[in-house]
Amino acid sequence: MSVDAAGAEQASAAARSARRNRFRVGHMAGFGGLSMAFFIYLYAPIAVLVLFSFNAGSSATVWQGFGLDWYARALANDGIQRAALNSVVVAVSATMVATLVATSAALALTRGGRFRAANTIQGFITLPLMIPEIVTAVATLTFFTAIGLKLGLGNVIVAHTVFCIPFAYLPIQARLRSMDPVLEQAAADLYANDWQTFRHATLPRLMPGIISGAMLSFIISLDDVIITLMVAPPGATTLPLYIYGMVRMGITPEVNAVSTMFFAVSVLMVSLSWMIGRLR
Amino acid sequence: MAAAGSNAARRRVLGVSPALVIIVIFLVLPLGFVAVYSFLQKDPYGGVQAAFSTDAYVKFLFERSLTDELVFNPTYLTIFARSILIAAGATVICVLIGFPVAYYIALQEPRRQTLLVFLVTIPFWTNLLIRTYCWILILRDSGVVNSVLLSSGVISEPITLLYTPFAILLGLVYIYIPFMILPIYSSLARLDLRLVEAAHDLYANRRSALRHVVIPLAMPGILAGSVLVFIPSLGNFIAPELLGGGQKLMIGNLIQLQFSSARDWPFGAAAALILLAAVLIVLTFVARGSTRRAMQQGVG
Repeated sequence: MSVDAAGAEQASAAARSARRNRFRVGHMAGFGGLSMAFFIYLYAPIAVLVLFSFNAGSSATVWQGFGLDWYARALANDGIQRAALNSVVVAVSATMVATLVATSAALALTRGGRFRAANTIQGFITLPLMIPEIVTAVATLTFFTAIGLKLGLGNVIVAHTVFCIPFAYLPIQARLRSMDPVLEQAAADLYANDWQTFRHATLPRLMPGIISGAMLSFIISLDDVIITLMVAPPGATTLPLYIYGMVRMGITPEVNAVSTMFFAVSVLMVSLSWMIGRLR
Repeated sequence: MAAAGSNAARRRVLGVSPALVIIVIFLVLPLGFVAVYSFLQKDPYGGVQAAFSTDAYVKFLFERSLTDELVFNPTYLTIFARSILIAAGATVICVLIGFPVAYYIALQEPRRQTLLVFLVTIPFWTNLLIRTYCWILILRDSGVVNSVLLSSGVISEPITLLYTPFAILLGLVYIYIPFMILPIYSSLARLDLRLVEAAHDLYANRRSALRHVVIPLAMPGILAGSVLVFIPSLGNFIAPELLGGGQKLMIGNLIQLQFSSARDWPFGAAAALILLAAVLIVLTFVARGSTRRAMQQGVG
């Protein structure tokens, strides 16, 4: 090795260490490593689930080769099909009602001028977020039993609508707050009536908020276990309840397969909602 | 003019009322029913009998001995204390992990920040049950951790990880940590690094800059995150059931059992109200703390 090369190497090592030691404001040693470890912690369990859903053997946690048998079996399972259909019916109905009333409430509270009771009303609308789910669950069960409400899946839809309202409301309200009302005022100046102003000036720009609120409600409804478990009458089993039953019976690769599919649907919905929310 | 004003007011009332009516009828009113049920007598076949009774509240602290005397019974108090301890433990761990991660994310360049926040959000929107279930696969005797340790010869027989308080804690932290990171991140996202620079100019080292500049700025987020982690952890019964094996009960399990197999609705209703009261106390404390902080900052 020539003297020059050794010198150059030394210089580059010095430059590297200088770069490493350069004072970065706010930087804390170890926070980066901890964050990497955190993201591994966050995704490793999901990776394990997905991996073992492709297990060919009959064990849920011992790898016996690649296979899709458990997906075939999960998809052909009557119980799972019925539960998935129930879940979709509940989530779609609850989302439609919750998004509609949440949009109307958000418009009234943010566009209707000053409102004396606005904070109190907003408190009521976001109340389902403050109360532990188990308390909401037993309250709803008690109430339905006391008034004798027996609508089957309808009971579940009512319960879901209640806790979907704040999830639909918050993104819609945030969007409305960030929208400059000047366009609406201009529409009114040009003799648009209230409906035309809403239809052509407010609604198009509010749409990303409404869609992202609706998607969040949909996912929250699709995922709910605690409230549904208490409220669902026999025959109104949703997919999470069905999976809960399977897990309690024993852990099989079929649970892994159906959970992975469920997980994929949620991720797809969240990604879509995220992309729509970022549209200007 | 006055007519136009009242017209607008009517439209506002009309706008908020559907949401308000649904929440009042199907949430506020039912909570009232729970309060009433907690003072009724239990029906052995489930449901209640219409007779006033404080049995449910007495049962929380006492049991009847053979001689029909009331004897102090710490069973339910223990469950309550254990729930608070586990939920508080999960909250503290979430702060300890969540703050550095949120701070790290807030220091990245904007595009990377968006990506990392999105990565934190994904598990947050996926099913709580499935995320709890994943840990069974990892922790059980024939699970991933034990298989790895066994095959590498570190241990000779599986160590019990599942069905322990440790497993419950691990599961709760896993499920709720996004609730901690997101609020802390949002209070640090617009962090002005010149403040940290100013601290250094005033001879602060990294550690004291963190303590006197960054952490106070993150405090509203830490408080909000703690509430968002503590409350659902306290009421969660899926993690104790699946990861704790249903033996180490938490208050959520206790309530759920009363409405299912134990068929003691008044007791379940009373326990639910006690849980709700605990949550309201925590919320009041936090609200008062943040008001005081805001006032101090306003003065200072």
